[in-house]
Amino acid sequence: MFDFISFIPRAIMQGTPLLLGSTGETLTEKSGNLNLGIPGIMYVGAISGVIGSFYYEQAAGAAMNNAIAVLIPVVCCLLGSLLMGLLYCFLTVTLRANQNVTGLALTTFGVGFGNFFGGSLIKLSGAKVPSIILTATSNAFRKTLPFASSAGSFGKLFLSYGFLAYLAVIIALVASYILKRTRTGLHLRAVGESPTTADAAGINVTRYKYAATCIGSMIAGLGGLYYVMDYAAGIWSNDAFGDRGWLAIALVIFTVWRPNVGVLASFLFGGLYILHMYIPSGMNLAVKELYKMIPYVVTIVVLVISSMRNKRENQPPASLGLAYFREER
Amino acid sequence: MNKKPHNPLFHVSKRDNLRWYQAWAIRGGAVIIALLLCALITTMVTGENPLAVYAAIWRGSFGSPRKIWVLLQNVAMLLCVSLAVTPAFRMRCWNLGAEGQALVGGLAAAACMICLRDSLPNWAIILCMIIFSALAGAVWGGIPALFKAKWNTNETLFTLMMNYVAIQLVAYFCVVWESPKGSGQIGIINPNTQLGWFPTIGSYKYLLNVLIVAVICVLMYIYLNYSKHGYEIAVVGESERTARYVGIKVGKVIVRTMLLSGAICGIAGLLLVGSTNHTLTPNIVEGRGFTAVMVSWLAKFNPIWMILTSFLLVFLGRGAGEIATKFSLNQSYGDILTGIILFFIIGSEFFINYKINFRHSAGKED
Repeated sequence: MFDFISFIPRAIMQGTPLLLGSTGETLTEKSGNLNLGIPGIMYVGAISGVIGSFYYEQAAGAAMNNAIAVLIPVVCCLLGSLLMGLLYCFLTVTLRANQNVTGLALTTFGVGFGNFFGGSLIKLSGAKVPSIILTATSNAFRKTLPFASSAGSFGKLFLSYGFLAYLAVIIALVASYILKRTRTGLHLRAVGESPTTADAAGINVTRYKYAATCIGSMIAGLGGLYYVMDYAAGIWSNDAFGDRGWLAIALVIFTVWRPNVGVLASFLFGGLYILHMYIPSGMNLAVKELYKMIPYVVTIVVLVISSMRNKRENQPPASLGLAYFREER
Repeated sequence: MNKKPHNPLFHVSKRDNLRWYQAWAIRGGAVIIALLLCALITTMVTGENPLAVYAAIWRGSFGSPRKIWVLLQNVAMLLCVSLAVTPAFRMRCWNLGAEGQALVGGLAAAACMICLRDSLPNWAIILCMIIFSALAGAVWGGIPALFKAKWNTNETLFTLMMNYVAIQLVAYFCVVWESPKGSGQIGIINPNTQLGWFPTIGSYKYLLNVLIVAVICVLMYIYLNYSKHGYEIAVVGESERTARYVGIKVGKVIVRTMLLSGAICGIAGLLLVGSTNHTLTPNIVEGRGFTAVMVSWLAKFNPIWMILTSFLLVFLGRGAGEIATKFSLNQSYGDILTGIILFFIIGSEFFINYKINFRHSAGKED
């Protein structure tokens, strides 16, 4: 029998970084910026948080305060990813550089940044294993809701996550509401669809692009932080985050640019990502490698189907990937 | 309220009369500023003399004859992948799947080396490797192209996902063909018989790769600039509507170009497996598929300039690696420096495409 009670929580924990990443990228793409730097930004978000809590744990020792232990990494993470977002905006919006190239460069930089400082901290801490272990901070992050352990399988399915997981769902729902129901969201979508029209209507295109991309980066950065602090139990090891950033970008398409759909979609993806551990394959290790293909193949299938159906509301923002220059005709 | 008309300090306008040497002077300036910044950062991190940092960068590429050959080999491979993605980019079709296309090319080559080693002579194996690698790469590039041509499926993400499918496919075969058993790695293929290994010219192991890529480079330049196909690619890239209006079958051009793009990527994989490494791992392409995007874009999709840009990126990458080794930093330090240099080059394009006009008179009127 397939063990759903242990599978679903793990799928949700696996899906939460993807959810944060894809919510951030959706906001960014709605402003017409295709930020391929999200994988790098998530790395930077994660390592900034790790650096912050590393020094806090060193300084505070046993006298750690849970609230501060959570606050410091979160603030560091937001700052780190904000800087990355600003860099991306400066290059693509102000200097009108090619978004694909800038994004890829940002990813190279971000992944390098994460692994470099990760490696340096590992050296500093003098550990024998190639990782940094921040158990105390992680415990603060992983504080579950009350009754999680006493409420049986209900508690395990719904109450057993750290606060960032719930925050991720809330952020996604709020982002969805803002995009769909508020004037700000309308303006933002206008900027993404046709910056010329938006500009003519008196919307400050540059400001919206900057704001959406920077906020999106910060949300995505939190995804990296969640991965280290909660999913990986406070253990940073280089390259552990893997290709989740790219999956987050794929999820944006999967969810047809709707963060509220993203809540379920990312948990589904999380499930697909770890499915290979749950499918009995006996001693045949090779087949496991094929199962790891599933999330990518599913993304491709969804991509193809959504393009075949060609419904107007399911299309990417019309000016996605294009820089806006007012004097260009 | 101050109702004075807003008079900005400067305004930006497009410029298109820049000569090529002026453009390259701006790019060169950006690289120099970036190098200064990199040296500054390295000095801050390590406390070393900045000149020692530059010396290390130089030594990373030209320190010994072996290093020069490794440099040439890396430039050739990066150039090969960059040449492969260029026709697609000229068409504004963002093929980010070069990594996967090269990987399946390598996979096909390795498959030929392993499965045919008992049944065919060496020359036939090499012939099969060439054919099947190009074919595998072409298929990998052709699938997204078919969907893009038919249903306008987003090729950026499709090709990106195809990378991971290819990586897992290779991981699967790494376990299937593992040797020795249980290692999960293929190891050197045919180490004793050297079946399917490309011949070496004299004692220069990498010379053949360099020559092959040089030929591809010239052919690509001619194809893009002096052939009907190249012209069609340029028209589709400029405006799909115009292309349709003048009777170019856009779908056909897209599929044909991506097939070509994939096939050359497959050749790159073939060279990596058959000529350089004689083995196959899921990360054998080493991210060149992504670096190639930058190489191609920096050279404005011109195959000849790409020699320069791919040299630049490999040179900096190896230099940064040398810094990391010499000052016992982590290898990822190289990625940070490469990233910084790329940001500067990307940013410098602005000053090539746009002109900043300062308002000199604005101050005097007040």
